Amino acid sequence: MSAIPALVGYYEPWWIQVIKGLVIFAVGLQLVPVVLIAERKLLGRFQGRYGPNRVGPYGALQPLADILKLLTKEQFRPTTSAGFLFALAPLISILTAVAAFAIIPFGDVQDIFGTKVGLYGIDVSIGPLYLFAFGAIAFYGIMLGGWSSGSKYSFLGAMRGAAQLISYEVSQGLALLGVIFTAQTLSLTGIVHAQAGMWYVVPQFVGFLIFLVAGFAETNRAPFDLTEADAELVGGYNTEYGGGRFASYYFAEYLNVLVVSGIVTTVFLGGWLLPFGLHPPGWVDPIIVLFKMSLVTFLFIWIRATLPRLRYDQLMSFGWKVLLPLATLNALVTAILVVATN
Amino acid sequence: MPDERSTPREPASETLPLTRWDPGEDAIEVQRSPAPGPARSAWRAFRETARGMKTTLARIAEGPVTVQYPEEKVPVYPRFRGRHKLHRFEDMGGVGSDPAQAGLEKCVGCSLCAAACPADCIRVVAAENTPENRVSAGERYAAVYEINLSRCIFCGYCEIACPFDAITMGHDYELSAYDRSDLIFTKEMLLAEPLERTPLRSEGE
Repeated sequence: MSAIPALVGYYEPWWIQVIKGLVIFAVGLQLVPVVLIAERKLLGRFQGRYGPNRVGPYGALQPLADILKLLTKEQFRPTTSAGFLFALAPLISILTAVAAFAIIPFGDVQDIFGTKVGLYGIDVSIGPLYLFAFGAIAFYGIMLGGWSSGSKYSFLGAMRGAAQLISYEVSQGLALLGVIFTAQTLSLTGIVHAQAGMWYVVPQFVGFLIFLVAGFAETNRAPFDLTEADAELVGGYNTEYGGGRFASYYFAEYLNVLVVSGIVTTVFLGGWLLPFGLHPPGWVDPIIVLFKMSLVTFLFIWIRATLPRLRYDQLMSFGWKVLLPLATLNALVTAILVVATN
Repeated sequence: MPDERSTPREPASETLPLTRWDPGEDAIEVQRSPAPGPARSAWRAFRETARGMKTTLARIAEGPVTVQYPEEKVPVYPRFRGRHKLHRFEDMGGVGSDPAQAGLEKCVGCSLCAAACPADCIRVVAAENTPENRVSAGERYAAVYEINLSRCIFCGYCEIACPFDAITMGHDYELSAYDRSDLIFTKEMLLAEPLERTPLRSEGE
């Protein structure tokens, strides 16, 4: 039987890997409609209205209706579009989002019926790098989609997206550096284990803020949703998309929100750890992680309901003149402190 | 012919000596506070963001203000001008009420409403009352009385023009139809007791 060696010192049989892959894919894709309806309901409440409440009890089936509607629509393609890339771009987006979701640890290594199973897709020894690699590929999903649409709105949206993603990925990476210095590991489970004493949100508060802000920009969410600024660009890079392909973009966007929430939870909020020295049984771990993720997602929605969209030059100057120096300084100070205290 | 573009222009300063305009007494000294430093502006941005988030969160605590329209309706005021109604004489049994008139239409087919209508949406065709067929209290009655509600602007002039208070504006505003011809209301439809679909605002509400 072939086995995949993992860094944590145990071997997972191949069938466990397959099952884990399926479960994470299924759970991830089930979470997206939940986030969808949560966002619409919460945005409604933030604005003094109900949000969708007609389809199903309390509007709970609204995302299902939305998705069904999108999937039954015609796969329209503009004549000016570049066929192959036009179809490929949403796939890249959703693929990278799912791939990034795979590294979020939902729990420690558990003993399930005598088989040791880590409650995560894969514990890569280069966790954040893997994340940024797929974040960089996700940019191709936006860029190719915008370019291959053959429409100026799409192209403008994609150009903005490209500039924005590149600008903020740097700060995001640098914000994580502080944590990596302190934890002395790149493995996400290792980072969670290193937070047993204190969650990194306390000593790395600046890094946490920078990562969060850059995360808003990375997921193209308000107030950094210039890629799809409806008022200016019709719909941004996905203007020409409809039906299932648009649904893929939409899915990828919300999955990215979940991924960023998961990474924030893992890296800054202690993953599956509870404060005050509580040690619940292993099966509670995923619930804790999901709860923390939902808190971060709530923050995403809250920010979206609060802050207006930035102007483009504000976005750029904020990214390069504020976040980047701050993140660099944060990494530098952390490095000095780590060396000094060791 | 010399190229016009290459001929050097007269320097402006020679013909128009540059003098600074003296604002004199109009000058206002604007007192500006010193620009906040980076730390201070960062704190200010953070604080203002937090204030905004507090504002939006307070909306959640406040609860929605939505009126769930088809189920809930905002009650209309008594003077609300909705769909028209035509009226009959009622036997009120009081002083001045004429039992002989009870049940007769108030409309005498004078077409004043049609004349007053700025949208020209009322059509009245009058006919003579006969002792065998007495429809209204007057000499004549409206054989045809149609209001094209797709043209009506709900100004209420017909109501004002009517000398017998035969036509009034009701409170019904749910007037959508699948067909334009369905919006032409005939006399029978206007005379019929409307379905009470609109809540009326009570006194002091």
